[in-house]
Amino acid sequence: MEEFKELLRFLRLRKKLWLTPIVVVLFVIGSLLVIAQGSAFAPLIYTIF
Amino acid sequence: MHILGISAFYHDSAACLIEDGEIIAAAQEERFTRKKNDASFPKYSIQFCVKQSGIDPAEIRSVVFYEKPILKFERILETYFSFAPKGFSSFAKSMPIWAKEKFFQKTLLANELAGTLGSYIDWRSKLLFSSHHLSHGASAFFPSPYDDAAILTLDGVGEWATTSLAMGNKNRITTLKEIHFPHSLGLLYSAFTYYTGFKVNSGEYKLMGLAPYGRPKYKALIEENLINVAGDGSFHINMEYFDFATGLKMTNRKFERLFGGPARPYDFPPTQREMDIAASVQTVIEDVILKLAQDARSTTGSKNLCLAGGVALNCVANGRILREKIFDNVWVQPAAGDAGGALGAALAVWHMHFKGERSSDNKSDRMQGSLLGPAFSDLEIEEELRALGARYERLNDAALFDRVASALAEGKVVGWHQGRMEFGPRALGNRSILADPRDPDMQSQLNMKIKYRESFRPFAPSVLEEDAGEWFDTVRDSPYMGLVDTVAENKRCRVADEPGQRVKDLTEIGSEIPAVTHVDFTSRLQTVSADHNPRFHALISAFKSKTEVGLIVNTSFNVRGEPIVCTPKEAFNCFMSTDMDLLAINNFLVMKQNRTA
Repeated sequence: MEEFKELLRFLRLRKKLWLTPIVVVLFVIGSLLVIAQGSAFAPLIYTIF
Repeated sequence: MHILGISAFYHDSAACLIEDGEIIAAAQEERFTRKKNDASFPKYSIQFCVKQSGIDPAEIRSVVFYEKPILKFERILETYFSFAPKGFSSFAKSMPIWAKEKFFQKTLLANELAGTLGSYIDWRSKLLFSSHHLSHGASAFFPSPYDDAAILTLDGVGEWATTSLAMGNKNRITTLKEIHFPHSLGLLYSAFTYYTGFKVNSGEYKLMGLAPYGRPKYKALIEENLINVAGDGSFHINMEYFDFATGLKMTNRKFERLFGGPARPYDFPPTQREMDIAASVQTVIEDVILKLAQDARSTTGSKNLCLAGGVALNCVANGRILREKIFDNVWVQPAAGDAGGALGAALAVWHMHFKGERSSDNKSDRMQGSLLGPAFSDLEIEEELRALGARYERLNDAALFDRVASALAEGKVVGWHQGRMEFGPRALGNRSILADPRDPDMQSQLNMKIKYRESFRPFAPSVLEEDAGEWFDTVRDSPYMGLVDTVAENKRCRVADEPGQRVKDLTEIGSEIPAVTHVDFTSRLQTVSADHNPRFHALISAFKSKTEVGLIVNTSFNVRGEPIVCTPKEAFNCFMSTDMDLLAINNFLVMKQNRTA
């Protein structure tokens, strides 16, 4: 949970709270994908991760 | 005060331990795990660093990660948001990784440190995070010889910055300008690396080595369509042609249409077209870097330049900065890629967070010749050689240098494993394969029979520092092989090529030292001083006394696709599996069973 609190503090500081709903949606979808896949594989191109 | 720097989780994991600003040890994880460009948590590198220092892990005051994961996450989210709905497949692949582990990097780091150095220490409270480009900039400036310097950091991407200019003064670094993702020279170069059939993040050297075989036919095409460069060197990449911001490829179909065909399949032999493309993008990159350097000089007013970031490993561009005399002095961090970020992060915290003082004499750097890795005692080596059933002799220094120099002069190829391993991508004379530079067949022999790599790739010379002026035009001090220079005119055996009449390959002799002369008469040289590496200096001196040539071929002690060897056992196994003739591990001279030395 500490990471999420830090992220919220960070977004507030950077005046990017508008990203919060996207973060929530991404983590819900991401978590579902992790559960569905069982494991996560890094894509080829490093800019995206 | 001890500070541990870590770079990990993207590529080239590494660790570095400093004590009151002095570098105690540094190593890349790949050398221990034997996985090239290993990105995993640098467990073995950390264990080595702590063992080397002889301290209890509890004495480590801070552990510094080389970048800020949260800032990187912000960049990734914003990038997806601005390109949406494009890039969904890439998003679907990357988000699970973030959701599972990357987002929780602080916890991950604390857990890994507990597993590596002991769970009785509260590692979470010791964790600090530097920023990616500050880590690079700190690795370039703090170990440099200078009191003040302009710091140019160029790479693919860290958090947001891809290019930054900073001013270094004593123990401070102030960022002056930044260019942000997706506008990146590193990613532009990587896009062409991908397009010409090489591997992104490791094939960039090959593209650079291929460039001298081609002509910059596509330079105008690149400048008109792909990159817009302003007078101060700031640039804008036209993302219509690239897929790297959100996709799983570097270039897209529009790019392929522009260059008249699809990307070359991975590892296919390059044709003249790939050579011309390589020459074109190399020229474009060099021109941009020169403009950035000119702007750095006029903005900072400093006569010194420090370089770091993956693009600073482009030693051809570095050599041009030196030759154009934009700065009086240029210093390139030997581990300019992400591995060096571990070193920079630790130094940044010591000097900028803890206000540690810094002294410099404007002459000597603090990298200790980059010999910062593990060494092995004679006892350990002899035990290992016995266990391996090796045929060897133990010689004194003078006899060793004489025997190895004689073997080199006779055209033999020698593995040279001495003292502490190098930190950074170059072998600097402690984990090297050595050969005679005068032999016109040596370049192809080394590529085909020893290194098992592409025949077009050139080799580098290690030259006695005092002899550099005899053999090369400009460079007099390049202990880390970070600069390319031209071979002196009186050492060349043919006139320079007219445009369109380039030699076809390296077998056409270009100089008195053909094995280390590229087709355009350039050479990526290392100057060797008796102060930095006395044993290597003594060996080259012995070779000179026999041949009147004060330089030798120096290539990294590995075969294609493998990391440079670390231990005597790895050196022995590499020696036995290739056509090397002799192997020197400290004072032990190892021979093959069926050969005479």
